[in-house]
Amino acid sequence: MEPFVFSRATDPGKAISAAAKSSTAQQGAEVRFVAGGTTLLDLMKLNVERPTQVIDINHLPLADVERTSDGGLKIGALVRNSDLAHHPQVQRDYAVLSQALLSGASGQLRNMATTGGNLLQRTRCVYFRDTNMPCNKREPGSGCSAIEGFNRTLAILGTSEHCIATNPSDMNVALTALEAIVVIRGTAGERRVPIGEFFLLPGDTPQRETVMMPGDLITHVILPPPHPGARSHYLKLRDRASYEFALASAAVVIAVEGGKITHARVAMGGVGTKPWRSPEAEQALQGQLPNEHTFATAAVAALHPAKPQSQNGFKVDLAQRCLTHALSTVVA
Amino acid sequence: MSEDTSSVTPLPVVGHQYARVDGPLKVSGAARYSSDHSFPGMLHAVPVCATIGNGHIDAIDTRAAAAMPGVRKVYTRENIGKLYRVPKSARDAIIDERRPPLEDDVIRYYGQYVALVVADTFEQATAAADKVKVSYKGQQTPNVAVKLSADERPKADTERGNPEAAFASAAVKVDQTYSTPPETHNPIELHASVATWDGTRFTLYETTQAIVNFRGVMAQMLGVPSENVRVVTEFLGSGFGGKLWPWTQAMLAAAAARDLHKPVKLVVSRQMMFHNVGHRPQTQQRLRLGATHEGKLVSLQHDYVYHRALECDYSEDCGEATGFLYSTPNLRVTGGFAERHVGPATSMRGPGAVPGLYALESAMDELAIALKMDPVELRLRNEPAIDESENVPFSSRHLKECLTTGAEKFGWAKRDPRIGSMRKDGLVLGWGMAACSWIAERFPAAASVTFNADGSVRVASGTQDIGTGTYTVLGQMVAELAGVELSKVNVVIGDTNLPPGPISGGSMATASLVPAVAQATRDAIDKLLAAASEGDSHFAHAATDQLAFAHGRVYRKNESPDSGRRFEQVLTAARRGHVEGQGKSEGTFGQPGKKEYSSHSFGTHFVEVTWQPEIARLRVSRVLTVIDAGRIINPLTGRNQIEGAVVMGVGMALFEETHYDKRNGMAVNSNLADYIMTTHADSPDMDVVFLDYPDLKLNEMGARGIGEIGLAGIAAAITNAVHHATGVRVRDLPVHIEDLLASKVA
Repeated sequence: MEPFVFSRATDPGKAISAAAKSSTAQQGAEVRFVAGGTTLLDLMKLNVERPTQVIDINHLPLADVERTSDGGLKIGALVRNSDLAHHPQVQRDYAVLSQALLSGASGQLRNMATTGGNLLQRTRCVYFRDTNMPCNKREPGSGCSAIEGFNRTLAILGTSEHCIATNPSDMNVALTALEAIVVIRGTAGERRVPIGEFFLLPGDTPQRETVMMPGDLITHVILPPPHPGARSHYLKLRDRASYEFALASAAVVIAVEGGKITHARVAMGGVGTKPWRSPEAEQALQGQLPNEHTFATAAVAALHPAKPQSQNGFKVDLAQRCLTHALSTVVA
Repeated sequence: MSEDTSSVTPLPVVGHQYARVDGPLKVSGAARYSSDHSFPGMLHAVPVCATIGNGHIDAIDTRAAAAMPGVRKVYTRENIGKLYRVPKSARDAIIDERRPPLEDDVIRYYGQYVALVVADTFEQATAAADKVKVSYKGQQTPNVAVKLSADERPKADTERGNPEAAFASAAVKVDQTYSTPPETHNPIELHASVATWDGTRFTLYETTQAIVNFRGVMAQMLGVPSENVRVVTEFLGSGFGGKLWPWTQAMLAAAAARDLHKPVKLVVSRQMMFHNVGHRPQTQQRLRLGATHEGKLVSLQHDYVYHRALECDYSEDCGEATGFLYSTPNLRVTGGFAERHVGPATSMRGPGAVPGLYALESAMDELAIALKMDPVELRLRNEPAIDESENVPFSSRHLKECLTTGAEKFGWAKRDPRIGSMRKDGLVLGWGMAACSWIAERFPAAASVTFNADGSVRVASGTQDIGTGTYTVLGQMVAELAGVELSKVNVVIGDTNLPPGPISGGSMATASLVPAVAQATRDAIDKLLAAASEGDSHFAHAATDQLAFAHGRVYRKNESPDSGRRFEQVLTAARRGHVEGQGKSEGTFGQPGKKEYSSHSFGTHFVEVTWQPEIARLRVSRVLTVIDAGRIINPLTGRNQIEGAVVMGVGMALFEETHYDKRNGMAVNSNLADYIMTTHADSPDMDVVFLDYPDLKLNEMGARGIGEIGLAGIAAAITNAVHHATGVRVRDLPVHIEDLLASKVA
């Protein structure tokens, strides 16, 4: 760990102007906000992140969950994962989010990790976390160690020749299926970014993971009002029963009317370089009968663009089973 | 007089359930583990590790690190000071990595210590360690290949008859190869050394399962008389064999303390623990079984290869149980090694037998299927009358009862052998079973037992509690032998200043301590009676042979024990503070000459797995284990040992494997998120049955060890159940989801 200056932010404006001095808000940022610290402190100890300034934002007034006027939910960036998962309205209207949060990490981590921090959770690719190995995400241009190395747990969707790192978050998968809006305050004021536009594909700049710019502070996540009659579900598959990142997961939001699927939102985790929305699967579901054939067709469509690596070809089959089963469960 | 004391009915302490006596200290955080020791002026050491797996150090630039805040000194080969080698033959100084740290510039494995930074704080030392610049030369790709073939001609461990010919002509055959991956011990407590030096004597607070051996190694490596080394381990956050013998961080800490004249603490990081402190080596095992149509084994061949680190000679004896588990006239077990650029391998819970029985008990299951015979029945048909490998009787063997009792309690008769045929709550059930065995021997041990005038009894031995309950069972032994309440017994262990006690390894600590503690207690009772005779007027100078001791009281033999005086009253009357007895016993393990008996523990595991084909989800739902391990001194801590082993066995079967990167030999999953072990949510419902037949040929309480046997056989029982549920036979551990996706069971 490198020496750094630690300060506590008393209002968002000061935090934002302090962070705006950073040359980037992406990998290697000189100024970092710390909330739960469950990712950042880990990476600082590993020398993967070496900020010279760390600003504690835990005391900013961003820890509330409020109803929006249209019946949605406005979640403060500092709401802890445990609190969000157990919030009555989340459990009632956004079951997929509660289930996703509770499937992730451990009780202790969920008590610390925040909504804003989880959005920015970094990959668990072992080579990203080891400074002795080349990694394009950590050191652009140094090469990808994973493609020729241990890649069993890594991505099969959205990869590039420069990076195959998986986005490890469960929460982000649920937020993607719920079409959440990320509220960001920066030096130029507030902007609202649909979650589908928040994350970037690695392409040839895997060090850039989101649209965050220097000074940007995630203040809230807004969930649109629940789709009338829709039900949602999160299914996570992994080697063991708890405390492990997904090999494949699926977040589904489905409404059935008159015997047909009238609303379908599908996102997958553990398989993509970002939380993976599948318009192919949604299209295969829309207007169809909610049966095994439809679900299997959607699952095949969802994984159609998959490009497996040497050790993770099984994820295609596993993710298809995961999505099929999540869909069967949500309409059961 | 001892015949009189032994005739008195003892208090019912041994054989009864007692919660760990050290439990409150542990749950309240008051128990002091080795790295909890701190001293004024203590410095912190952090090693620098090699980032290549095969080559040489070219240069080490320590200037930047040395200039960092708080740094006291940076050590390399040039300035670490004299460290000596331990001879291979030393029986009282065993170490797996005999090369002293920093001895030469050769890098034999990734992560090897190449330098050491000592600073005022751990953080300063860590930051400075990152600034040590190491350059390498002659760098080559390390050999960490997974496929093994023996470097030298494999040696026969045991053989009889003509196994090839018998196999060739056998009616039914199995010929399969099984493999187990490198496993890393991963006890919760990190390895740690806190070294102090007063100019002459070292006091070392270490994480070890064997303080006496540790002292022997450190005396040799530091080049000082053993009386100048004291090793202390009050509590251990478990070791699983990984803390059996010393590792090189201890010499680094001691060498720095010697040079700087300050206490030095060195805590090995989790990542380093995947390279520098041992692991269970990878194994590859070919099993050839031949049988008659009636299921009688006519030939058994077990040929195993394991990987071995350079300059280390640890052997993984996979055939440990093969020679005597079943009856067969023709048998051969051979073992060989393949060198790899990995850190030193060492014993991990049930070394040899655990990977070996995975292979043997998998092959037995495959043979049962080939014979269309129930796997329990197959094992019953091959029960030997004697140890056919050593040609001696067993001291106590009840494997048949383990098989029948287990089958009955598990409900095995209801098993439908057809693959995927059993269902419950929408899940496919798989039922599998396996037998297990582990050695039952004793190490040398010494102990003292003291009756104190305050009414307490102290038992002391230079052994250690590795978390398994040694404090508790030692207390129980003495409470029973001295006839006092357990709460009155003060157990003092974990310090080489005490009479030398056994290692906590090989599941032998308890069995080894029984004779020494019994002798020490008898000696203390003799001295107590002498004190009563000389000094307590209550007994009017009765001769010692007219006195006896029971239930904590000294009494006249011609009177009832209840009429006696409590020992503290006797000591007070005799104006004695205490009387102390000594006991010492020889070991049985590794002694030359032919044994009269073959002494082993036995058991069976019966396992249920659930399989959810649509999402490829496999879980171990239920495990019943029957153990024949002599008399169980404490069924509560005993059951905990077996359950812990079963939980570990779920990990061995389904999760655990260390991956070495083929480019540099780095363990890529060197943390607890990426090295998958069993969580609570993965732990099955467990039931443990102890048969409780005392093995009186081993010691007077008939107690054998129970630390390791629970892990033997369990992986095979699980993979046998997986096959029953899914039709997929996994011969390369662990079972992966990708293996199970091939299942045709829907």
